[in-house]
Formats: sequence, structure tokens, C-alpha cells
Amino acid sequence: MSITVSVTDWLTLLTHFLTLSLLSIGGAITTVPDMHRVLVDEHHWLLDNQFNSSIALAQAAPGPNVLFVALLGWNVGLNAAGGAHAGALAWASAAFGMLLTMVGILLPSTTLTFIASRWGHQNRELRAVRAFKQGMAPIVVGLLMATSWILTINLGTTPAHWPLWLLALVSALVVWRTRLHLLWLLGIGGLLGWLGAV
Amino acid sequence: MNRPEVSLPPYPHPKSLRELFWAFTWLALQGFGGVLAVVQRELVDKKHWLTREQFIEDWAVAQVLPGPNVVNICLMIGDRYFGVRGGLTALAGMLTFPLLLVLVLSWLTLGAADSVQLQGALRGMGAMAAGMIAATGFKLFPALKLNVLGALVCFALVAITFVLIALLRVPLIWVLLGLGSVTSVWANRLLVQTRGARTP
Repeated sequence: MSITVSVTDWLTLLTHFLTLSLLSIGGAITTVPDMHRVLVDEHHWLLDNQFNSSIALAQAAPGPNVLFVALLGWNVGLNAAGGAHAGALAWASAAFGMLLTMVGILLPSTTLTFIASRWGHQNRELRAVRAFKQGMAPIVVGLLMATSWILTINLGTTPAHWPLWLLALVSALVVWRTRLHLLWLLGIGGLLGWLGAV
Repeated sequence: MNRPEVSLPPYPHPKSLRELFWAFTWLALQGFGGVLAVVQRELVDKKHWLTREQFIEDWAVAQVLPGPNVVNICLMIGDRYFGVRGGLTALAGMLTFPLLLVLVLSWLTLGAADSVQLQGALRGMGAMAAGMIAATGFKLFPALKLNVLGALVCFALVAITFVLIALLRVPLIWVLLGLGSVTSVWANRLLVQTRGARTP
């Protein structure tokens, strides 16, 4: 895929992730719907399947899930250079895109964490601190549900995609109710997909 | 409560920045589909750098603060032992090698991006990963029963948030600022009332 990304666009990318960083209560994954809206729907910097496979890869690989943000930036950079075939230019562009999204998603929240965790720890009996925690809790849970829904729907909305929806449902129930290692589920999902069963 | 920044607590603790870096690298590399469960197993159960209570408390704060939860928790733990340097070292440990690994994986799958099997495998893993995120939400439901807003109100708020974000596609910022400020103010009022009722 090839796209044109101007200096203003790079700035938009950076500022979008800087903003999302401060909104990512409950983890960067809760801002996935907004990333999808901007990167795919509004600016067409990424294709739907690039967006989804970035998240799937980061989930499949070990490490914090926030690394999907690095892959999103990486892929925007690759697209901007006209795809991986552009060679060294593509690598540089991809690395630049990754740098922007990762700095964006981490810098504000990291700074705030240093300040707020010290302050919050010292004032954790304060009513305002407790009210904020209690008030945000149900919204955080609702965001997780919405994220799960959007990721599932993105896999396909026609009735023919029902095996994928079923797989997501089974995965949710198994992870919720059992202690089965997550790696088994990812492995089974990958294998079923590889064999063309879902 | 005391937040030791000079005096180190009596239980085991990392002795150097290097130890901190490799401890977080090691636990990040074990965390498939999320790191939080591994953080608890490695740092609380095995290394005893944190008690279970400290972990729960840190996790609550890490969750309320914006930013990835595990990133926040590694910043907080590193910060406790070595200040800002410690926080950044722990973060570097958690991100460096997993990032390189993800890029290699992305590069390996790039040449085969058109392969039907690979697309299928990613789709299958994607469905599983989507389900796991819902499960994380399910696991938090019991915590909502203890919420000052009341279980029923909490479940209604979960549903409202879901409809706003997933079905109506309202931008996240409006949900967090709008709905979040209403629920926080509401929780504050209820906390005032319960405190008034409890104190003689």
C-alpha cells in the first residue's frame, strides 16, 4: 500500500497519540476504537487488515500489549514510503513512524505516572482520590467490553464470519473461567485460522 | 503511609539498575497476550519485591492513571527503588527486547502477507485476543460489586459505556470527560454520605 504523508500529517499522527496517551485509562488498548477512527476511517493511512494484524501480532508476541502502537506507527511509515519494497527508505520511514507513535503514547502518561503515583500514594485516603477511582471503575470495564467488540467486528461483519465470533466468545469464557495459559488459546486460534477453519 | 525513597524496605529488593533491567526484560518476554499476570507471579510470588497488598494497591493506581497498566506499574516499582532512573530503567527493560522481537515477527510475516494461511492464522489469533480482552473485563466485575455506586448502577454504566463506544462510536474523550466526571462527582457525594452515616 502506498500513501502520501505530509509534514502536517506526521504532526497529526504525533499529536493524536499524545492526546490518546492521556486518555488511555485502562491501557492503550482502550483507545483502539479512536486509533481506528483516525488511522483507518479518517486518514486512510492504514488498511483494515494492517490495523488488525498489528494488534494480533503484538498480542501473539511476548511483551506489553502497548507494542501494537509501535507496529501501527511502523506500518504507517512503511505505507508512507510506498511499502517495504522501497528498501532503506522504507526502513527509515517505518522507524520514524514508530518513534512518533511510541513517544506519543508513552511520554505524557509516563510523566503523569511519576507525578501522580507519588502524589496519589501520599493522599490515597483523600475523598477525591477515592471518588475518582470508584467513579472511573465501571467505565474502564465498559471500555474493555467495547474494545473486544470492535476487534471482533473488524474481523468481519457478514454472517459467514460466525466461526470467528464464536472463537472470540469461547476465548473470553475460557480466559475468564479457567487458568489455561493464554498461549494455548493463541496457538489454537492460529492453527484453526491457518487450516482455514475460521 | 511511608513511601520509602531513601530507606529500603526490609524484604528483598533489586540491588542494581542492571538487575532491575533484566528482571523486567525477563518477565516481559514471558508475557504472551499481556504481562500483568506475569508481573504478579515474578515480582510478588518469586522475588518478593512486593507484597500482595502492595501489588493490588499499585495495580489500582496504575489502572486509574492513563497509560498502559504494566508500563505504569513498572515505572512505579522502579521509581520506588531507584527514583526516576529506576522507573526509566524498568521501562527500558520491559520494552527493548519485546519491541525488537515484534519487529522481527512483523518483518518475517511481511513477505508472506498475501499468504492465505498466514492471514487465516492472524485472523484466528485476532479472534482469540479479542475474547481475552473481554475476559479481562469480566474478571473486574466482582470488584464493581464493592463499588460505592452500587452494583446495579455500575452494571448500567458498563452497558452505557459499551453502547456509546462500540455501537454509537462516540469519540473516547467525550465518554471519559463527560460520563467520567458525572460518575466521579456522584461517587464523591455517596462517599460523603456513607462517611456521615458511619461516623457517630
